Amino acid sequence: MYRYDEFDHAFVAERVEQFRGQVARRVAGELSEDEFKPLRLMNGLYLQLHAYMLRVAIPYGTLSAKQMRKLAHIARTYDRGYGHFTTRQNIQYNWPKLGDVPAILDELADVEMHAIQTSGNCIRNTTADPLAGVAADEIDDPRVHAEIIRQWSTLHPEFSFLPRKFKIAVTGSPNDRAVTRGHDIGLRMHRDLQGKPGFEVMVGGGQGRTPIMAKTIRNFLPVDHLLSYLEAVLRVYNQLGRRDNIYKARIKILVQSEGAENFAEMVEAEWLKIRDNALDLPVEERDRIAAYFAPPQYENLSDACPELQAAMAAEPRFAAWVDSNVGDHKQSGYAIATISLKPHGGIPGDASADQMEAVATLAETFGFGELRVSYKQNLILPDVPKADLLALWRALDGLDLGTANAGRISDIIACPGLDYCNLANARSIPIAQRISERFTDLRREADIGEISLNISGCINACAHHHVANIGILGVNKNGAEFYQITLGGVANENAAVGAIIGPAFDEWRIANAVEDIVDTYLSQRRPDEAFIDTYQRVGPQPFKEKLYGPDQARQAG
Amino acid sequence: MALIKHGKLVDDIWHETDDFADVTTLGPVIVDLDTWRRHGAEILALGGRLGLRLKPGQTPDLIAADLHHFDLIALEFAKFTDGRAYSQARLLRERHGFTGELRASGDVLRDQLSFMLRCGFDSFSVATDHQAMAILEAVNEFAHWYQPALDRAATIPNLRRRARAASNDAASGCAATWAY
Repeated sequence: MYRYDEFDHAFVAERVEQFRGQVARRVAGELSEDEFKPLRLMNGLYLQLHAYMLRVAIPYGTLSAKQMRKLAHIARTYDRGYGHFTTRQNIQYNWPKLGDVPAILDELADVEMHAIQTSGNCIRNTTADPLAGVAADEIDDPRVHAEIIRQWSTLHPEFSFLPRKFKIAVTGSPNDRAVTRGHDIGLRMHRDLQGKPGFEVMVGGGQGRTPIMAKTIRNFLPVDHLLSYLEAVLRVYNQLGRRDNIYKARIKILVQSEGAENFAEMVEAEWLKIRDNALDLPVEERDRIAAYFAPPQYENLSDACPELQAAMAAEPRFAAWVDSNVGDHKQSGYAIATISLKPHGGIPGDASADQMEAVATLAETFGFGELRVSYKQNLILPDVPKADLLALWRALDGLDLGTANAGRISDIIACPGLDYCNLANARSIPIAQRISERFTDLRREADIGEISLNISGCINACAHHHVANIGILGVNKNGAEFYQITLGGVANENAAVGAIIGPAFDEWRIANAVEDIVDTYLSQRRPDEAFIDTYQRVGPQPFKEKLYGPDQARQAG
Repeated sequence: MALIKHGKLVDDIWHETDDFADVTTLGPVIVDLDTWRRHGAEILALGGRLGLRLKPGQTPDLIAADLHHFDLIALEFAKFTDGRAYSQARLLRERHGFTGELRASGDVLRDQLSFMLRCGFDSFSVATDHQAMAILEAVNEFAHWYQPALDRAATIPNLRRRARAASNDAASGCAATWAY
């Protein structure tokens, strides 16, 4: 993985000193809260319902065991002993004290991490396929380009005060695990006829109150021109994006109002004028960065692994875990293991300091000391020898991290909701807990199969409910929390926004409603048909009838 | 008001007006785009030094052909969160080759000064001398940056290239010594 050189180290250290000065000026009263707010936000510090919240970037979701131990140390020393992994490959600490934050940033800088631009109207932490570099289906490694984008976007002089926040995601695989179409810019790697890598550039995706999937504005951009093209997109947006209404300020609204074709023409015109300037990195600098992402020293292992087969036959809980949580590796004899942060009845995405430390050690024991964080709020060990999977699972099981539910109905994405967030209208966490407790039977979960269920506590859609097969949105009606259901959202390369199925449910009926939806699917499905395929085949009507009764379903249309 | 130019607190010789009637009496004057469009020929006939103010939504393309008439262009940060003037400044400098004074006015704060300098601003109009002194402290908070910009300082990618070249030279130097 990427390692800071002297320049990266110096830069982050200067940034910490700058923020230390800003905090001191705030504490001394020289800065008003209004003036301090954008400064703290660009360093990842929010003021939430009860306390400050610090959001730390895990660039493109890759981190080392050493970094994970530091995250654990921070949780224990400066917070309440846990952290929350988010859909944007960040970790959030919910209880830091303002005066401690410069010290926390110092600790992060020691392990080559920071909180720069995890908030604010700037280019946010760039996200990527969490399986980058190890997935069997990969065309090219997106981490190299995500790191290039990280450096270019860091304290960019022109684009630090955009109309609104700006999120970029990169995938190197045709199977999109980074929801690229749900981002302000999505980059998907392809190869041209000569085999050279490049990007399909998608612009104007986003969720929130106006969910829109990004449109392709360029089919193939050679990798050499990545930064100049991004700069062209950002320059058009910085000048023309709306600033009069916060809800219409994202680039998706500009792309929609201009039309994708017009917008593409504006970008191309700007790009032609800057494409040959000093911005794009010389090949040797790109190679320098790429060298950090060279594959580790894999052993020559056979892909056939009789001890794995025997262990699965002997231990059904392990077999269930392998089925749901273990994926194909590009290297023979190795596997990719998802560590679920979704124990039944637990808080999605939360990990204790003890768990983080234990997982760091597992990453060293069963891999090359590297970990990944996925947008689904789980952790991933990218390089596990197949023969070690049983030992790994036993260790995880003892840490309450061995739940066999990756990609299953209890693998719920949930935002912090009204328990923490001052934007939320309703609680998300207790609803996720209540729903996941309905699906504790592993055989039933396996039978239901691949499905996604996401819960957002407000219209800002941090939990991506629009692109979930079953999306749940918390709303507030006359002081009471209600939950609106959307069905049919898809987060992969065929990304689609779900549709509202009917009137909302209160907090006591929402779990029953989810069970009704699942039962409807089970009664309607064809053999081996996943939830989303059944839904797309039969449409919403059977689900409406089950949820609201035949009469009301007809009224609801 | 206080003015910082090229890193120093200086007296402001410029006056601003949107009223053509005042232009004749004021000396060096900054006018808005509308006044320039309506009275440009008359203002030029007066022969004084001339500045132009662009509002955040007014792209520099609008005045590209007139730029040689202006000694100064003032861009406005209505709120410091409105970052349009950063793009205007870079376009004026990089695309249109404007070499006169590029002035930031409005909500000009210490913590944005580095960004402004790097986008090509070289003068800053702020409310008080005290604020002016405070924002000058912020200039040297970072030694190097990642992106090429108008400050023309070596970027981090440039410095890496130099470091590589130096180590290659050192390596070939060693080889030469060994050969002899």
